Amino acid sequence: MSAGPEAWAGRRLGAGPGGDDEPGAAFRVVGKALPRVDGVQKVTGATIYADDIELPGMLACVLLRSPHPHARIRSVDATAARSLPGVTAVLTSEDLPIRFGPLPISQDEEVLASAKVRYVGDPVAAVAARDEPTARAACKLIEVDYEVLATVGSIEEALEVPVDEPIHGDTEIGNIHRFVALEFGDVDEGFALADHVREDVLFYEGSNHLAMEEHSATAVFAGDQLTLWSSTQAPHNVHRVLSKVLELPMGHVRVVATPHGGGFGGKVDPFAHEVAVAKLAMVTGRPVKCTLTREEVFYNHRGRHPVLMWVRTGATRDGKITAMHFRTALDGGAYASLGVATTHYTGALQTATYAIPAYRFEGARVFTNKATCGPKRGHGVPQPRFGLEIHLDKLADDLAIDPVVLRQQNFVKPYTRTVNGLRITSSGLEEVTEKVVAASAFRRRPRPVGHGQGFAVSAYLCGAGFPMYLNRMPHSEVNLKVDRGGVTVFCGATDIGQGSDTVLATLVAEELGLARGDVRVVTADTGLTPVDLGSYSSRVTFMAGNAAIDAARKMRAILVDAVASRGGQPGAAVRVGDGGIGEVSFEEAVALAEEARGTISTSGSYAPPKGISGRFRGSGVGPSPAFTFTAAVVDLDADPLTGEVRVNKVFVAHDIGRILNPVLVRGQVDGSVYMALGEALMEEQSYRKGLHHHPSVLEYKTPLALDMPAIETILVETIDPEGPYGAKEVGQGPMLPVVPAVVSAIHDALGVWIDEVPVTPDKVLRALDQRAKGGEGRVGPRRFPDIPYPPCTKVSPDAATASL
Amino acid sequence: MLRLPVFSYLRPGSPVEATQMLADHGGRAKLVAGGTDLLPKMKRRQLAPEVLVAIGHLDALRQLEVSPSGAATLGAGTTLSQALRHPALREQQPGYLEAVRVVSTPALRNAGTVGGNLCVDTRCNYYDMTEEWRSAIGFCRKAGGEVCRVAASSPRCWAVSSSDTAPMAIALGATALLAGPDGMREVPVASLYADDGAAYLALAATEVLTALRLPASEGWRSAYQKLRRRASMDFPVASAAVALHLDGPVVDGCRIVLGAVASHPLEVPSAADLLVGGELDDDAIDRAATEAARLAKPLDNTDLSFPWRKRMVKVIVERAVRQAAGRA
Repeated sequence: MSAGPEAWAGRRLGAGPGGDDEPGAAFRVVGKALPRVDGVQKVTGATIYADDIELPGMLACVLLRSPHPHARIRSVDATAARSLPGVTAVLTSEDLPIRFGPLPISQDEEVLASAKVRYVGDPVAAVAARDEPTARAACKLIEVDYEVLATVGSIEEALEVPVDEPIHGDTEIGNIHRFVALEFGDVDEGFALADHVREDVLFYEGSNHLAMEEHSATAVFAGDQLTLWSSTQAPHNVHRVLSKVLELPMGHVRVVATPHGGGFGGKVDPFAHEVAVAKLAMVTGRPVKCTLTREEVFYNHRGRHPVLMWVRTGATRDGKITAMHFRTALDGGAYASLGVATTHYTGALQTATYAIPAYRFEGARVFTNKATCGPKRGHGVPQPRFGLEIHLDKLADDLAIDPVVLRQQNFVKPYTRTVNGLRITSSGLEEVTEKVVAASAFRRRPRPVGHGQGFAVSAYLCGAGFPMYLNRMPHSEVNLKVDRGGVTVFCGATDIGQGSDTVLATLVAEELGLARGDVRVVTADTGLTPVDLGSYSSRVTFMAGNAAIDAARKMRAILVDAVASRGGQPGAAVRVGDGGIGEVSFEEAVALAEEARGTISTSGSYAPPKGISGRFRGSGVGPSPAFTFTAAVVDLDADPLTGEVRVNKVFVAHDIGRILNPVLVRGQVDGSVYMALGEALMEEQSYRKGLHHHPSVLEYKTPLALDMPAIETILVETIDPEGPYGAKEVGQGPMLPVVPAVVSAIHDALGVWIDEVPVTPDKVLRALDQRAKGGEGRVGPRRFPDIPYPPCTKVSPDAATASL
Repeated sequence: MLRLPVFSYLRPGSPVEATQMLADHGGRAKLVAGGTDLLPKMKRRQLAPEVLVAIGHLDALRQLEVSPSGAATLGAGTTLSQALRHPALREQQPGYLEAVRVVSTPALRNAGTVGGNLCVDTRCNYYDMTEEWRSAIGFCRKAGGEVCRVAASSPRCWAVSSSDTAPMAIALGATALLAGPDGMREVPVASLYADDGAAYLALAATEVLTALRLPASEGWRSAYQKLRRRASMDFPVASAAVALHLDGPVVDGCRIVLGAVASHPLEVPSAADLLVGGELDDDAIDRAATEAARLAKPLDNTDLSFPWRKRMVKVIVERAVRQAAGRA
């Protein structure tokens, strides 16, 4: 099904500045190792984060949260709290009756719980007082009469008949939130063609994003206009929710995303505290701020879903995959969040790396009385990628085929369609594999007991192909203001530390022939900047970047035209660059254009092309205008006496499309490796009777800077036909193969399989003990539960590719 | 964010004045030097002293002397980083510094003190949490509650001794200098501790630890092994301090002290005795380490699993013995 790039391209923007499509396009700014535009402010402490905002007369808001994992609320009495000196207002559920959620189909959250609480930390009341200690003291005076209900604490418990009542009243079967059941191609026939069939059960523990900055929001209501400053990744989502819950027109709400101390998916959802401070500002007429404690961040969560997986693969003797059946069960926590999308993602991208001719996916998300899970770096993809890669290592073992060769034999080719309808365009999968294997000397690795290497590959999106709410508008929009006052880019995109402001400045400077410092960037302010859907799904460089190039190229044409008209020469003869347009300086060119045309703002926008997905229910999750591909090798030592693991070095080769800024790209790879090692070896969002074990940064273990191993990053440029100058994402993809590569390397070192992460020392020792007693030398889930999945929707190859 | 409760901050001019201030405020005052242990606990309302008596600034507590013989006196207010940088101490007391080096992070060693680490509060998964968390699960015996959350039927608190330097100081035969209303006294470091996670210090409420005295090595060789999740910062979940004296190939003195497997540093003489009088062969080391692990009784109240911690005591004792023996 392979075709050339021409047959696949959506809107081609050309690989170089000005639409120049020459392979050797000369860049002046792109590709240079420049520091980030906000770097100096951040490292000198000058950046104003959300919690730094102090306004005259500002009140402090604290939320009273449930101490019970599951309980009915009989009554809430805030009388004593309201009469405490220093308290200005106390809100309870009657003040905010409208439900919300990030997805239109999942509007299941209340700002303040009315009838019941569903996890420890569920907000029940909101206090505004002169300062935080007073607000906290007032919270202690609020009397809540709870009727405690049985706690649902795990996937297994959620699959049982509810003891008291289901966590939510509107589920069809007990505490099962959502099913997905899809079949592509003839899976039974595929298994019949197999010479060997293998099954595995694996588990991936949940984890928190652990952004250094806790969430914070400040609201002001003045003149019928609400303004909210918040450390959100998606001001557009917050904007929509505030408008809905507060019943204000969109035009009366302004949401400003403040500079971030990290997001990683933990600030994509709209949150109760954001709505509460807005309502309190409306009620009191005073500015109101709420900054969460670290403990509250663990309760807010929306982190990695714990996922139990079962995978069955059929292959021919020589290692060609004939069919795959993948089942997942997601522990969703108390509310829906983006969990419907997460559930789909646990089955969507297995086919993006391996050409699986027949594929069946069954997924189920359950509700439990724990903090709500949602999107975290990789959103639903790291768990099945871990499961799949470990499973393929074992399959390679069964067939006595080299694990790299087994994978290579099944690699998806560039410019093809997957069986589930994903449009794959540029792909460096072959090249990243070859390069990482060579750099790590994987095939020649020394193998004394206790030393090992593991290899894995992965794929990830460059932005979700569809928005969170159905519409045909652009996903990202840019306004460009150029006048005698300078050049300013306005874009709704939110810089959460990934460097999107730097990317926007880079692209506009490149198009207009300016130095990067000549471009001012105003972003993430719904009152000033046009819409961008938010910083999630690795979409910003690709989508906002393309919108910025679109706007800048229009501006470039205007300036070129103004200069050309004056000189009476054709536009094509006017060179752009080094601060000049043709024979005149950039400033003179701007003056000429203003003289000729008046105000010369331009706009650009981006929407993914049509035809990147199949046409079936559920086809909206997975497709993307482009995919990145990553391969990793992890080198480690594992102590056979203690079970402790020390990672020596991580090799990552990533298909970046084009490097817009190597400093930012490498920073994202470093951060991805860091996060992957935490999830592989340490992090556990775990509970005891519905209470988080350790909602504290000291007790919740995650690697520190001093724990980091050496990282060797290899970047492969594939120049994507639709990316901005060919660029693709790097924020999430490089994390994915590292987790399975760690587990594979432990097997390489000690000969035992730990089929669940995190791998702790006691698990390694248990597996070694078992092997010493003649057992299989494996620790992991024993069985996959019986889940009443509905019959699969059988998607024919025609429907999978129908929209082509 | 978590904020400190309101408290008075007193700055005495001498250790004696500090003891007087403690006496004046009864049980409502706490000593503070580096504050790395106390202040986070106050933010979490595990402790809410009305008065803090600062001693970190006192010159009398910041002396660091090493005699020509190698004996050392470290003022309790000496920071761990100062100790690590001291050339004579590095030369004469490598065993002690091996334990100091693995206390927390460089930044916290810059603030944390020699006395502070010896007196560091016992730790427990049910105790080192915020007030909100503890109120959700129910307060424990160590802070405002009636029962021990890790051993509900037990009449005592099982919080874990979490000092790295205490087991080592005991293994080295160190002593502590205490200032009190009735003057100074010098006691073995081991006698600073009580076997009770709640009242873990055996000092009088008005006493101030002023200095740690490490004896000259006189041929003793030592080693410290520590287990924790992160080599970058964590408290121990099990540790072993070993001091050995050899006469030719024969062990003629041995002390083994375990950390983080009890509410106090746990000296295991019956394990050490299995080495004394014989050569350090594999069998002897195995028997001693097995005995040490038998005596360790970790409970499920730190990071990592407690059966693993108990089992690991054998490994770390074995490693510490071999490491100590290998040192000159």
